[in-house]
Amino acid sequence: MPIKKSSQHISQRYDDELAAVKSQLFEMGGIVEKQVTDAIKALLEVDSELAERVVVDDVRINDMEVAVDEDCGLILARRQPAARDLRLVLTIIKTTTDLERIGDEARKMAKQAITLAEEGKAPRGYVEIRHIGEHVANMLSKALDCFVRQDVELALKVAQEDKAVDLEYASAIREMMTFMMEDPRSISRVMSIMWSLRALERIGDHARNIAEHVIYLVKGDDVRHVGLKQMAKTVLDD
Amino acid sequence: MSTMTVESTTKPLDSKEAVKPAVDAANADVSNQGIDSSRDYRQTVGKIEVANTKMSMRDVNVSYGDKQAVFGVDLDIAKNEVIAMIGPSGCGKSTFLRCMNRMNDTIEGCVVTGSLKLDDQDIYDSKLDVVPLRARVGMVFQKPNPFPKSIYDNVAYGPQIHGLANSKVELDEVVENSLRKAGLWNEVKDRLDQPGTGLSGGQQQRLCIARTIAVSPEVILMDEPCSALDPIATARIEELIDELSANFTIAIVTHSMQQAARVSHRTAYFHLGYLVEIGDTDDIFTNPKHRLTEDYITGRFG
Repeated sequence: MPIKKSSQHISQRYDDELAAVKSQLFEMGGIVEKQVTDAIKALLEVDSELAERVVVDDVRINDMEVAVDEDCGLILARRQPAARDLRLVLTIIKTTTDLERIGDEARKMAKQAITLAEEGKAPRGYVEIRHIGEHVANMLSKALDCFVRQDVELALKVAQEDKAVDLEYASAIREMMTFMMEDPRSISRVMSIMWSLRALERIGDHARNIAEHVIYLVKGDDVRHVGLKQMAKTVLDD
Repeated sequence: MSTMTVESTTKPLDSKEAVKPAVDAANADVSNQGIDSSRDYRQTVGKIEVANTKMSMRDVNVSYGDKQAVFGVDLDIAKNEVIAMIGPSGCGKSTFLRCMNRMNDTIEGCVVTGSLKLDDQDIYDSKLDVVPLRARVGMVFQKPNPFPKSIYDNVAYGPQIHGLANSKVELDEVVENSLRKAGLWNEVKDRLDQPGTGLSGGQQQRLCIARTIAVSPEVILMDEPCSALDPIATARIEELIDELSANFTIAIVTHSMQQAARVSHRTAYFHLGYLVEIGDTDDIFTNPKHRLTEDYITGRFG
């Protein structure tokens, strides 16, 4: 249910400013998305070179976060946005924080990938990383999509999927514990996998946050901490 | 002196039936069910009723000659609330405000129909004397307009003509209290005998507010009270509005949306003579329900 295209502001420059900050945010989203898939790939393929690149590139994301926030601050000061414009600026500010955190989690995974490349592959856990990794990367991509298209039904799906990821994560952790008990020599390497799973689970949470911001942006209702049922009601209620 | 052609009938005049869209007649007693299903601006979105009603307006239509300025507005105002009326120029907000103490009476060809009540008193009752009405419903205008008299006399004049003070001592007290409430006392207490017109714009406006509250009104109407003032004077008036709302009911027309957002509890958005949306100010400025309200407060073309 995409929102109707809004008419333009009387001030053309205001339109330009909002469009510019939005496209900056989406660009940041694209980079973060790639960081996540690269970090997963580096882990699975024990590719330390790729992992190094992910660590280095995280700085770019941090810089973009600062730039987007600064632009939002200027818009607030200059335009005193109201209603949907205000919600858009608030949503962008919150979303950049989530994106930056996702970037941090990708970097953490990359660091584990480097560790594993040095210490030797972990004996188990790659299936779980691949599975949850794909799921989370897909969630993140949908979260960004639903922002671009202002699609609240897609946002709701992202939030629902986060719940599934949390369950998958819990079961993967139980599995990793069993491996460690079976083979204590593998503990440090399996721990690397566990930290990476943890990072993926957090990325899922941040993707869900972004989806919640989008629902707020479009519907004007804050759906954080209300539970999926209430969220669905807000989304489907016209 | 112009002729007064004010009617207190609830039935719209025949001549206006043509101007008034048919849909409006069908919604004559808008009960606000089925909110904004059509997003038609001729039907008000939001809850017009309030608990603790001070003024109650129903199906208010105002015309200046052939031209109708306000169409079937229903609105309640609660005791001690600050209600802001916003909308583009010519949307009927000032006209509507002026009906609330019959300021439109003096305008030739102005016809007001519908029901406007202060408590349970019909404001447009032909037997009603407007002078005491205007003491109960005071008004502050866009341009500060102190009398060409001393600061003291500006404030004392109202209580004197309305017989609200029996002695010089009592009058002094009323003047001091009013000036204090208007936040002007400390600035003028040593020069009460000097002309009110010698004060700065912001001080003059506060003097006018003091003059208004000197007669202990129940409702204060403000028609763009800050549009001729600088930001500091504006901030003081806004602060004052907040303080005054403890004792008075305030209806304010403003072109500054930020001002409406800052000072009011509820906001009414007018468009082409219709009340499009009414709601809690916090909701109107973060999540308005009507597209026209949204376009206006976000600065978009209609």
